Amino acid sequence: MSQETILEVNDLRTSFFVEGNEVKAVDGVTFDVPKGKTLGIVGESGSGKSISALSILQLIDSPGKIVGGEINFKGDNLLKYNDNQMRKIRGNQISMIFQEPMTSLNPVYTVGQQLREALKIHRGLGKEAGTEKAVELLELVGIPSPRSRVTQYPFELSGGMRQRVMIAMALACDPELLVADEPTTALDVTIQAQILELLKELQDEFDMSIIMITHDLGVVAETCDYVAVMYCGKVVEYADVNTLFKNPRHPYTVGLLNSLPRSDVDQEELEPIHGTVPAPHEMPVGCRFAPRCPFATDLCHEKLPDLEDIGDEEQVRCWIYTDEWDGDPEVKVYEPEARTTKDQ
Amino acid sequence: MSQKQELLKINNLKQYFPIKGGILGRTVNHVKAVDDISFNIYEGETVSLVGESGCGKSTTGRAILRLDDPTDGTVEFDGQDLLSMSKKEMRDMRKDLQIIFQDPYASLNPRMTVRQTLNEAMEIQKVIPQDERNEKIAELMETVGLQPHQVDRFPHEFSGGQRQRIGIARALSVNPKLIVCDEAVSALDVSIQAQVLNLLKKFQNEMNLTYLFIAHDLGVVRHISDRIIVMYLGKIVEMGDTKSIFENPQHPYTKALLSAIPVPDPEKKTDRIFLQGDVPSPMDPPKGCRFHTRCPFATEKCAEETPELRNEDYMQDGHVAACHYMKDIEAGVHQPTKDTSAVRG
Ligand SMILES: Nc1ncnc2c1ncn2[C@@H]1O[C@H](COP(=O)(O)OP(=O)(O)OP(=O)(O)O)[C@@H](O)[C@H]1O
Ligand SMILES: Nc1ncnc2c1ncn2[C@@H]1O[C@H](COP(=O)(O)OP(=O)(O)OP(=O)(O)O)[C@@H](O)[C@H]1O
Ligand code: SF4
Ligand code: SF4
Ligand SMILES: [Mg+2]
Ligand SMILES: [Mg+2]
Repeated sequence: MSQETILEVNDLRTSFFVEGNEVKAVDGVTFDVPKGKTLGIVGESGSGKSISALSILQLIDSPGKIVGGEINFKGDNLLKYNDNQMRKIRGNQISMIFQEPMTSLNPVYTVGQQLREALKIHRGLGKEAGTEKAVELLELVGIPSPRSRVTQYPFELSGGMRQRVMIAMALACDPELLVADEPTTALDVTIQAQILELLKELQDEFDMSIIMITHDLGVVAETCDYVAVMYCGKVVEYADVNTLFKNPRHPYTVGLLNSLPRSDVDQEELEPIHGTVPAPHEMPVGCRFAPRCPFATDLCHEKLPDLEDIGDEEQVRCWIYTDEWDGDPEVKVYEPEARTTKDQ
Repeated sequence: MSQKQELLKINNLKQYFPIKGGILGRTVNHVKAVDDISFNIYEGETVSLVGESGCGKSTTGRAILRLDDPTDGTVEFDGQDLLSMSKKEMRDMRKDLQIIFQDPYASLNPRMTVRQTLNEAMEIQKVIPQDERNEKIAELMETVGLQPHQVDRFPHEFSGGQRQRIGIARALSVNPKLIVCDEAVSALDVSIQAQVLNLLKKFQNEMNLTYLFIAHDLGVVRHISDRIIVMYLGKIVEMGDTKSIFENPQHPYTKALLSAIPVPDPEKKTDRIFLQGDVPSPMDPPKGCRFHTRCPFATEKCAEETPELRNEDYMQDGHVAACHYMKDIEAGVHQPTKDTSAVRG
């Protein structure tokens, strides 16, 4: 890749050890985040998106453990850092917006107290300057009457306001890399548009890099430069955003695009991907997607495909794109017409 | 549906929250979270509540279940006035009235496994006999797409989307009549979301379930609802059949809302109406039309007079909106007074 990468995740593995079993939540994840760009991570619920994000910041608690891989941030492997070094990285250079705001906001402190604390630690601001900055940040994320809101407790805010407080906290220290886990799920579209615009502005101004975890493919289309698609703890496709939408390669990615409820067309029944994610202890030995894949062959059931380069900045983990493919050589994984015929 | 039966009737509902201030902690102001709204929901239909963050959607849902005590108004469910019921009567009603919360983590007991959570719900409501519960639990797990072996796990052992599905299973466990779904599928990825939405529809057909669906994803809303209610700063500004709202939105706020939807196609440029001006505060809502501080069509009249919900002859039956100028805007004789359009690519 020609451009500078700020983060390189290589073969990351994070497992949970429950009742003598190993749950491989993240099972060899590899992706790059180019500097100043946005990488989207999408994928089935439970596929390991949040655990990957938490692993980058080393926020995995027992019984979870990072069991392998590398996380290179500006050339240094973060997995070699000690607690103290990591603490300096977190919130200063890398900050995170968590998926569930209530789990990460402290219910017994007011919004202002929590923001001030973050500003004191990361920017050394005193009480008064901290309050001013807190008000300014709340305003930036579109919270009305920010001055009255700083004295409120999280339970007094609506779901979307809590999420925006989280965003304000994450931005408090001008991070170089922002890891945003479903940052706009609780937000209505107008505020969402405003927040996404704000992130873009910050990106342009400070060359901030972003990892955007989301299940909203609309958000992906609008904000991401590159996309990694995850399934069962693995990346199954990586491409730039235009390629991914125009020419998705992996059958799972295609399934995702087909199951999308659209506000711009009428749909009678949504087309979900049939079947469910395999249980961790019944993980298929071959391609993880084989039990649900309409194209699966014997080879798919027997052997796990690798994440292979196809084209410049495109990777896919699927036998169809290899010389070993034993199914229909003419197979068409994606037919754009299938989706557009539904428009009226 | 032949004769539509009203299941829920909300009249002039108000919910004000006090704001404490100063060293004495006196009430210095109120958040008018819901300010005089009325609507009905018919049996077996899905009504969606949409609108900006903080406009009072969750508060409306909570008020219906009496999780907060409304300041004023009435809530009638199945012919009974919920707000005048005793705590005990209300508890009995809860088996018919369920809610799926926006923040699943905050609404699940962290010390209870999924099995215990579902068992407890069924125990309180006493609708499913004891010896059938394990079977029912297994069925519910499958329904919401969770693995059977996960039934003895605790909430923190699940991903965000999986936790949300525990909340859905809990609501379905007692065979309710009405479910308030507060952003019930927002945290789910699209393929699970599609499964859950299809399921909610299936249950609705089989059991004549009624949903009040709170969501900000208008794709989801369009797919699931029969009718839509649009709220702005604690008030209803537009309401009507789904098709009518999407194809013929009347209120300038609804139009802005529809234009802000991200389209899942990176090459499609969207003409987005960016609302200018600050989001007003529900502590001190603007006089007149509450939207006037941001409305592209606002005039002096808008800052003075409050528009009422009404139907114009060119609109579909049952479609109402609250704007002084909607007819003139439709006819093209009332032009924007400020520029808010911006093209984004
Ligand atoms: N503390 C834990 N103990 C055991 N398993 C866990 C724990 N935390 C997460 N897992 C499992 O790890 C897997 C990955 O979880 P993760 O939270 O990364 O999913 P996700 O992709 O973020 O999903 P979602 O879209 O639902 O948020 C899930 O199957 C989950 O059940
Ligand atoms: N317990 C409370 N005490 C004080 N204010 C509250 C309380 N609950 C809600 N509010 C306020 O009421 C208003 C409406 O909140 P509500 O949660 O209904 O919004 P919402 O429409 O559900 O928004 P979102 O889409 O962000 O979830 C907000 O201004 C909120 O701060
Ligand atoms: S490897 Fe086989 S089973 Fe897996 S996605 Fe490709 S075609 Fe389907
Ligand atoms: S009444 Fe006036 S301010 Fe309100 S929506 Fe209509 S034009 Fe806009
Ligand atoms: Mg997650
Ligand atoms: Mg809400």
